[in-house]
Amino acid sequence: METVWFVCVALMIVMYVLLDGFDLGAGAIHLFAARNDRERRTIIRAIGPVWDGNEVWLIAAGGTLFFAFPALYASGFSGFYLPLIMVLWFLMIRGLSIELRGHIKDPMWTSFWDVMFFIGSALLAIFFGAALGNVVRGVPLDRSGNFFQPLWTDFSPFSQTPGILDWYTILIGLLAFTTLVVHGSNFIAVKTEDEINARSRRISRLFTLAVAALTALATLATFWVSPWMLQGFSERPYGYVLPLVAIAGLIGMIFFNFRGDERKTFLSSSAYIIGMLSSTVFGVYPRVLPAVNPENSLTIQNAAASDYSQAVGLVWWSIGMVFAAIYFVVIYRLFRGKVRAEDEGY
Amino acid sequence: MEDALTVSRLQFAFTITYHYLFPMLTMGLALLIFVLKSLYMRNRNELYNTAARFWGKIFAVTFVMGVVTGIPLEFQFGTNWAAFSRYAGDIIAQTLAMEGAFAFFLESAFVGLFLWGERRFGQGVHWFSSLMVFLGTWASGYFIITTNAWMQHPVGYSTLENGNIVLDDYWAVLFNPWMFPQYAHNMGGAVVCGAFVMAGLGAFYVLGRRHEEYGRIFLKVGVIAGVLASIWMLFPTGHFSSEQVAEHQPVSLAAMEGLFESERQAGVVLIGQPDIENRAIENPIVIPRALSFLIYQNWSAEVKGLEAFPQKNWPDNIPLLYYSYHIMVGLGTFFIGIMLLAAFLLWRGRLYESRWMLWILMLAIPFPFIANTAGWFTAELGRQPWLAFGLFRTPEGVSPLVSSGSVLFTLIGFAGMYLVMGLLYITLMVREVSHGPEAEAETLESPEGVTA
Repeated sequence: METVWFVCVALMIVMYVLLDGFDLGAGAIHLFAARNDRERRTIIRAIGPVWDGNEVWLIAAGGTLFFAFPALYASGFSGFYLPLIMVLWFLMIRGLSIELRGHIKDPMWTSFWDVMFFIGSALLAIFFGAALGNVVRGVPLDRSGNFFQPLWTDFSPFSQTPGILDWYTILIGLLAFTTLVVHGSNFIAVKTEDEINARSRRISRLFTLAVAALTALATLATFWVSPWMLQGFSERPYGYVLPLVAIAGLIGMIFFNFRGDERKTFLSSSAYIIGMLSSTVFGVYPRVLPAVNPENSLTIQNAAASDYSQAVGLVWWSIGMVFAAIYFVVIYRLFRGKVRAEDEGY
Repeated sequence: MEDALTVSRLQFAFTITYHYLFPMLTMGLALLIFVLKSLYMRNRNELYNTAARFWGKIFAVTFVMGVVTGIPLEFQFGTNWAAFSRYAGDIIAQTLAMEGAFAFFLESAFVGLFLWGERRFGQGVHWFSSLMVFLGTWASGYFIITTNAWMQHPVGYSTLENGNIVLDDYWAVLFNPWMFPQYAHNMGGAVVCGAFVMAGLGAFYVLGRRHEEYGRIFLKVGVIAGVLASIWMLFPTGHFSSEQVAEHQPVSLAAMEGLFESERQAGVVLIGQPDIENRAIENPIVIPRALSFLIYQNWSAEVKGLEAFPQKNWPDNIPLLYYSYHIMVGLGTFFIGIMLLAAFLLWRGRLYESRWMLWILMLAIPFPFIANTAGWFTAELGRQPWLAFGLFRTPEGVSPLVSSGSVLFTLIGFAGMYLVMGLLYITLMVREVSHGPEAEAETLESPEGVTA
């Protein structure tokens, strides 16, 4: 059953990255894809009705993680204390900038929030990538399951006392950033027309090349830093399907972008994200938080909630997710189609 | 430099106090907006619809503030209270995760629909989404209160060999007897808050002779809701809340009341300063025997004082607890008085002309925020020195490796961030209020439209 919950939490995290990923990406490109207030309003309008719901996946995934693996939540959240609180601050700044930008019609007010929206979105993308990098590299857990990481030490992932930032986690941060830029511009391309559409597609094309290069680099670096990641795949060879999904997504991103098929390009970047993240968690399994000293690693066994808790949770979690899926399908269907600044919202 | 425990407590207290200023208003307003929208659906009076839309906009900004300040709270269980999360995560994470799965998704979907969808999907959908927003925010409140109720009165658990506790009975936790009075009392407090804000703004408009027809609607709905909710806070919810404190946390009750020695025929201290060193209330004004009667319906029942309990189980900040409790009860009493008077004038048809009453209503706006905050101080300080009452002490719960410097850094960061957010919030509120509800009717027609 621990494995079931491992998959559930992983699913929620993937959902979060897929959904909030495109509005983070939209925030990271909107200064460049949209040149004037009217165009920027169009971008805000494209993500307006959904960004808050997308972010709920992070909160819900956090809650589910706490519930299914309390020990992981306790160790991970206290160990990543400083970067986590900073992530919270960026989430706040970003949420405020989306909501407050339109309240006062003044060019200085809107430009200020546009820049905040950009900074918040871009840094969050990098932070989330670096966080994933930390998990894959392993953290200095002690025997009681605690650790505390400074923001950086000597920038080496092979250190006995690694920091949050080293060259490996920064590399993963950049990969995450470029990926979400592509994902976000693909989404904006689907939702818009004319110049914004053309610019988004150009940004997407440019950054897709960066994603391809960084993917190759990051994959090699991962097997160098954490060779045990390969173990899972050799023990359970069906796992090789997952990286294939990622590769197919990557090829699709390039192919459909040049063909000018916006929807399929967006679906391809979604497939790429699903493939990359699921390959990573597949390699990490059955650990949930690998340690520098492998004996201290948190696994699905030693971090999980009690059997009874997990069983009860499975019932309400399934019901809750069915409802969540219904809301999301309905909301996305209701607000489908292209947006224009001239429309009165929706 | 304080120790990490103190700073972590301060940070949680600060972030949660600040956070709750917003949900207490949104949960109250969600109900009142639903009432306004329903009134419109019945009488098709466009004024009510515009009023609902106007409050929807106030709601939206407040809701965003509540969402962004709420996220740190869930995270802080892990960041600052890792040992407690490890100890009790099997239970408290159930309800916290359920809030995410059931309330947050629902709220986010329907708040979006309510704010963005009126024109496109019509009045029926708009009304339905106002109902769902109301249910979503109140469901959110339920899960949080259930989590807190467990910390106040742990039920449905069993202890493992390693000392941690695990869930034993799911339904016992969800329907914790402690939860019912606490939830009813808390949600009543939210309605009091929403009602005072609505009535107060109505009074402001009528006094200033601006948007007067809306002002009257706000006054009418606000005062009717306010009088019902204010009385609800005293009886039954306040009464049963203090009864259960007396039964399950007698030491907290003694500290709240400032009762040091056990007494038969215990009185209620209306005013007076607790002196912890000398274990006495200075300069008290007392209603004799009232406490014995209120709790046991018997004028000479014995009420246990603090000295009946070992000092290590006393709440660790008795004066603050005592004052919080007295501020809550005192303000609550004033609220009942103000609202009864206003309701009487409304019934006699003289409210809109009674300028002195309108002044009182307008100036009363901040006080429900203070009373609700004081109420939560009472609950949470009364729970000390425990995180889970009787089971797990607060000092044991803090994250072992997070240094006080780190927490101080983030506490100062939060303080700065929240200061800026508070200023922005007030600026936006002042703008909305000065534009008034009619501006709302206009913007809906203009292409600039709603960007909220």
